[in-house]
Amino acid sequence: MNGALLSVEDAVVDLPTPRGNLRAVDHVDLAVGAGRTLGIVGESGCGKTMLSRAILQLLPRKAKLSGRVIFDGQDLTTLSAEKLRKLRGRSLAVVFQDPMTSLNPVLTIGTQLIETIQEHLELDLAQARQRSVELLTAVGIPAPEQRLTQYPHQLSGGMRQRVAIAVALSCEPKLLIADEPTTALDVTIQAQILDLLAREQQRRHMAMIIITHDLGVVAGRTDEVAVMYAGRVVERAPTPALFKQMRMPYTEALLAALPKLDVPPHTPLPAISGRPPDPTRPLKGCSFSPRCRYSAGRCSTEKPRLSPAETLEHLYACFHPIAAGSGA
Amino acid sequence: MATLELSLDETEATPVRRRRRLGVLFWCAIGWMVLVFAVAIFADLLPLPSPTDMDMLERRAPISAEHWLGTDGLGRDELSRLIYGARISLIVGLCAPMIGVTIGGALGMLAGYFRGRFESFVVGSMDVLLAFPPLILALAVTAYLGQSIFNLTCILGVLGIPAFMRVARAATLTLARREFVIAAQALGATHARILLRELLPNVLLPLIAFFLLGVAVTIVVEGSLSFLGLGVPPPISSWGSMIGEGRESLEVAPQLAFIPAIAMFLTVLSFNLIGDTMRALTDPRQGAL
Amino acid sequence: MLQAASDPLMKVENLVVEYSVGGKTIHAVSDVSLEIARGETLGLVGESGCGKSTLGRAVLQLRQAVSGKVLFDGHDLTTLKGESLRKMRRRVQLIFQDPIASLNPRRRIGDIVAEPLVIAGVRDPEERKRRVSEVLSAVGLDPTLVSGRLPHEFSGGQCQRICIARSLVLNPEFVICDEPVSALDVSIRAQILNLLEEMKARYGLTLLFIAHDLAVVKAVSDRVAVMYLGRLCEVGPSEQLFARPAHPYTALLIEAIPVPDPDVRPTMSVPVGEPPSPIAPPSGCRFRTRCPRADARCASEVPELRVVAPGQFAACHHPLI
Repeated sequence: MNGALLSVEDAVVDLPTPRGNLRAVDHVDLAVGAGRTLGIVGESGCGKTMLSRAILQLLPRKAKLSGRVIFDGQDLTTLSAEKLRKLRGRSLAVVFQDPMTSLNPVLTIGTQLIETIQEHLELDLAQARQRSVELLTAVGIPAPEQRLTQYPHQLSGGMRQRVAIAVALSCEPKLLIADEPTTALDVTIQAQILDLLAREQQRRHMAMIIITHDLGVVAGRTDEVAVMYAGRVVERAPTPALFKQMRMPYTEALLAALPKLDVPPHTPLPAISGRPPDPTRPLKGCSFSPRCRYSAGRCSTEKPRLSPAETLEHLYACFHPIAAGSGA
Repeated sequence: MATLELSLDETEATPVRRRRRLGVLFWCAIGWMVLVFAVAIFADLLPLPSPTDMDMLERRAPISAEHWLGTDGLGRDELSRLIYGARISLIVGLCAPMIGVTIGGALGMLAGYFRGRFESFVVGSMDVLLAFPPLILALAVTAYLGQSIFNLTCILGVLGIPAFMRVARAATLTLARREFVIAAQALGATHARILLRELLPNVLLPLIAFFLLGVAVTIVVEGSLSFLGLGVPPPISSWGSMIGEGRESLEVAPQLAFIPAIAMFLTVLSFNLIGDTMRALTDPRQGAL
Repeated sequence: MLQAASDPLMKVENLVVEYSVGGKTIHAVSDVSLEIARGETLGLVGESGCGKSTLGRAVLQLRQAVSGKVLFDGHDLTTLKGESLRKMRRRVQLIFQDPIASLNPRRRIGDIVAEPLVIAGVRDPEERKRRVSEVLSAVGLDPTLVSGRLPHEFSGGQCQRICIARSLVLNPEFVICDEPVSALDVSIRAQILNLLEEMKARYGLTLLFIAHDLAVVKAVSDRVAVMYLGRLCEVGPSEQLFARPAHPYTALLIEAIPVPDPDVRPTMSVPVGEPPSPIAPPSGCRFRTRCPRADARCASEVPELRVVAPGQFAACHHPLI
């Protein structure tokens, strides 16, 4: 993929556990262009968080990563720790699920913002302070001057997440990774935070990766979506195509299992039976085959490869894809 | 259609009991403990000379076939004194924390579960107890009640209560907020049942780990008190008093102080090692993904 | 008022729950009245901190109410004490949000599910074993495989099945489900929601279903009550309430749900800010600080629940219908 700001090529993450090797990420390829938004959707344990850690080179010490992570022309896997540290925060920023744990509880918001800015940009204290106020205003925090002297616990969850976004945006990153940015927040706050992220992304022309378990979160706010299951990307497509002409049965089942507002109460939900496979005991065939209603023949003996559908942008990994046009 | 969630092949895939390597060090510690306990318990049956018989002609005798570890300053058999001393050290070392874990554990659980005024009272009185200098308390009690193993055990036991209370209270405080406790309340369980069936099994674990640490500390403290002459009354031997007596002849016969010191060191180390391993072994969440 | 049927099994009257944290009083539930008919599922929605969980716990007498009544089958639970309260509790059960935390990590599944029977005084171990097996099979678990294991050997969805089994083993009439699926993954969530519906039919249950997710609430509820900062905003039949919300807060909640459809551009029509603190709730209508329709009257006068449509009630001076 030429011209991509970030491309992940054949990434594999192995984690040793007492129960054996856990393959958290299994041969994943991804790419995000500048100014584009990629959504990574999957249930807990599907490897989406490990993938984001692999991109940031922040994997647990014991984890082994193979493959390449090319960001802005450099392979992050070969970069020195010092260069990586400069890159993270400066051009590669991240917003985590729980702002209470990602912000330091004993430092004021001002200190955290100003220090981050001064570490990466050559600004004096007054300029850094000025910039902090601008950032807090941009993320929609009222009375930003006073907030600088407050501690994280004095703010509500939504406000803390806004501060965390301000910290992430402070050095004009080229890529922002948002790992479940709204999972800990209420619906009304979630909508505001997602709006904020979308607005800032467009204004700064940054690339963004939104990692979530909620298909509703990525639907209206991403250019492309990758669906992950048991460590692999099982379908990747431009957002409209994914929702309208999905090919992978897992995507279909996941969407069908969501309770919907336009269905009368007490309608039984088309649930996916069983549960995801044990990641320490990988299946020989397609990981979804034991839960899949289309499963037949070689599904249980051979792993389907990610291959293109009608267009080159739409990829899926299935032997019995849903026929084009019948989805949604 | 209640689908079966757990199929048979899955059961085989997740072995219920996972074997864990315990390591050579753990087994060495166990071996040492077995040896110490065995000789302490069967001391009377062993063909040992009396630990209190003095042989003034053979004072500070070196290691020989007759006296395996030599004799002390008064000509008493060192090995025999070491083994009978192990008895005292173990009795005091086990019984004193037992007092602490029972009273302190119970108070801590009740304080953490019921909170309110009772908790303030318990925590307050423990602070008072902690504020009292332990050495002065030991001095005062032995001066008043006399030196005996029983009194020594009681003093050390009482001194241990605040620490056990704190451990039990902290564990109970976090557990009592957990939903399984609320679930039991919602089921109409009595307070006694919640304390015994729901909380105790969970609080017991940190308490046992702390108990083993307490044993190690008590053995050292008993040694220190005996070293200062506040412990067991002579001529009964304990490791601490043996080190204390050995100090006088440190230049002539250093082994008299060092042999009991090494015995104490190994025993304390073993208790700590076993305590740590036990805690790691019995944590139900370990190994769960 | 707020009647759904002539035969309410659970009736909450003017319930007030307050508690203090660090010397400050939190107005968790303020003057809430509700009725739940036999065999009905009432959904209770609201954002975190709106008092919906506190209300559920106050109904069970796990939290002391300051004033008000909780009438279950004609008995006022707030006045019951000791043995009579414990007896009544057997007929009312609770399912929690975090299924793993609500199982004692040191007890085996068989014992956990049998515990309600032991407390209720079922002495015969064979009888207990039979009923535990029955209820475990009902929730889709194999009793012989499951009984001897510890909770950490199970996934979140399986633990929630175990919790449901525990709550059903005494054949209760009324079950309070406090966010039973919000800790679960989408594919598991649907299984548990279907299971709850199935169990409701099989055991003839009446449910109070507390959740923050409107779509989940709608999937299982006959009627829905919307709560904001300790007060009820709106009560009504699910379909009607979602189709034509009367209270601006209900409308806001519906608007904020992310829809899995790329054509629906999800933007909030008005900037709504953050909910105020329950320590010092706004005067008058508590939603007025975030409400686009608020005026002077909203600040001075507390709106009462009024009929806005058949069976639908809203507490608003300027309802949308």
